[in-house]
Amino acid sequence: MKDGATRDGYGACLEEIGANPKIVVLDAGVSDSTRSKKFGDKYPDRFFNMGISEGDMVCTAAGLATTGKVAFATGFACFLLGRTMDQTLVSVAYSNTNVKLVGTHSGLAVGEDGPTAQMIVDLAYTRAIPNMTVIQPADYEEAVQATKALVDHFGPVYMRLGRPKVKGIYDSSYKFQIGKGNVVKQGEKVVIFATGGMVQESMEAMKLLESDNINPTLVNISTIKPIDSELIVEQARKNGAVVTAEDHNIIGGLGDAVLEVLSDNDVTVPIRRLGVRDTFAETGSLKELYFKYGLSAQHIENTVRSLLK
Amino acid sequence: MNTAQTVETQVSELRQIAKEIRRKSLEIIHRAGSGHPGGSLSAADIMTALYFGVMRYDSKNPKDPNRDRFVMSKGHATGVFYSVLSRAGYFADEDLVSYRKIGSKLNLSGHPHPKTPGVEIATGSLGQGLSVAHGIALAARLDNSDYKVYVLMGDGELQEGQVWEAAMSASKFNTNNLIAIVDFNKVAQDNITKDLKDIEPLEDKWRSFGWDVQRIDGHDMNQVYKALTLPLDETKPRVIIADTIKGKGVSFMEGKTSWHGVAPSDEDYEKALKELA
Repeated sequence: MKDGATRDGYGACLEEIGANPKIVVLDAGVSDSTRSKKFGDKYPDRFFNMGISEGDMVCTAAGLATTGKVAFATGFACFLLGRTMDQTLVSVAYSNTNVKLVGTHSGLAVGEDGPTAQMIVDLAYTRAIPNMTVIQPADYEEAVQATKALVDHFGPVYMRLGRPKVKGIYDSSYKFQIGKGNVVKQGEKVVIFATGGMVQESMEAMKLLESDNINPTLVNISTIKPIDSELIVEQARKNGAVVTAEDHNIIGGLGDAVLEVLSDNDVTVPIRRLGVRDTFAETGSLKELYFKYGLSAQHIENTVRSLLK
Repeated sequence: MNTAQTVETQVSELRQIAKEIRRKSLEIIHRAGSGHPGGSLSAADIMTALYFGVMRYDSKNPKDPNRDRFVMSKGHATGVFYSVLSRAGYFADEDLVSYRKIGSKLNLSGHPHPKTPGVEIATGSLGQGLSVAHGIALAARLDNSDYKVYVLMGDGELQEGQVWEAAMSASKFNTNNLIAIVDFNKVAQDNITKDLKDIEPLEDKWRSFGWDVQRIDGHDMNQVYKALTLPLDETKPRVIIADTIKGKGVSFMEGKTSWHGVAPSDEDYEKALKELA
């Protein structure tokens, strides 16, 4: 199991599979931070640094994709999506072009740069776009495998990545599949559906609960759309109570996606959603922000306990 | 015939086709009961020259990888775009009956979508087409193909900032197989473009962004044809600024904001056809 940021997994994978002539990579002037530079250094002919102009980048990627290329358009999540709602809707989603939007530095996890750099509405936004697949890997290995999977998957995708290093959860025996959730640990009585860096926070919460013999189930939902309804229904019924955890606003993200699945399938169990409580955060370290805004392992721990009372 | 005579014959044929395209554009907008006649008529000569004199394509094989590409960045001009595509053989004249109608099998929507044969990308939100066209032009280079990419923009559209992002990009990458055409009809939806937000001095703007600039009368078929067939610059992308008249060919529509997005009544349609006879 390899520790590392999901953005590092993305960069390493692009470098590894980059010989495929169908792959083109674009960046909006932040390629060192997004790690797309690793591909650019090795395959300069198929790397296009478009400068700080995300709208132009996304549409250029769409143009490249109309000729049969798999176009990875990379940037910081906040600007990649924040500045290209229209371009993403028209040139990518409605046109159904083979563009992979890859947004790094998502969520409060980006830390001290503050709310203008903390993208917390991207899952809500991309989930609401027809034709769009939405993916958020939980660790380095899953980011590598997800990047590989995107090459063979036709159609618009948003992949949400993070800046900080996370502990390895998976080794190479893991098989990522678009649309499938993964049971990290089968427990009982409560199931935690987590995504991205919150899978790691949930694992820490589980350690805190272990001493009291509380063993919840942990499911990694790395494809937010199309979501693994079957697994969510099965685990909700099996465990009897649900916690969702995401580094994202509480409106429209994973928590709501899980609610939708449970509601559509008449599953009535207690549910608690953890996420940013519809507010802009502030500057601070990841740990401080997660603690203050309700995303920390302790919050997950307390929420699980409260459901067992 | 010598070359000059060949060009003269071709140009005079194109003039005749352009007249028919104007009639067809108004016919389908009138039948649909909605649409954008002004910007279709201003672009009719340019579109005719592109599809019936300049571009390389096989309408029976619309995805031919070596085809020249066209991107209709001013996506509201489907009246002229679909009229041209139909005449070029991408679909039948009868298919145009479904223009702007629900359930249209070829998705002949108010604005283009790639489900329609001959359409590369959806447009309708102004300012995106130049970037898309640039992406296609970059792909030609990667694939060692010699196709060219043409993109038609409106003058009002140049108020969108993304156009200038793309202008910088194409210049950075020396994308010389990219040819942008500005249908400079001077009139936008709300107002004359100059009063809405002046885009002049337009030649200077493009030149300072590193483009090869041509300026022509967009209704003089001889000039249109020549500009579109000019050999590519060695390194620079090219823009052809075509001075046009919104609603060109129908006296009561010419230069009028009121004819931007309104279909003609039966009476106005009959009057227009007489003028385009």
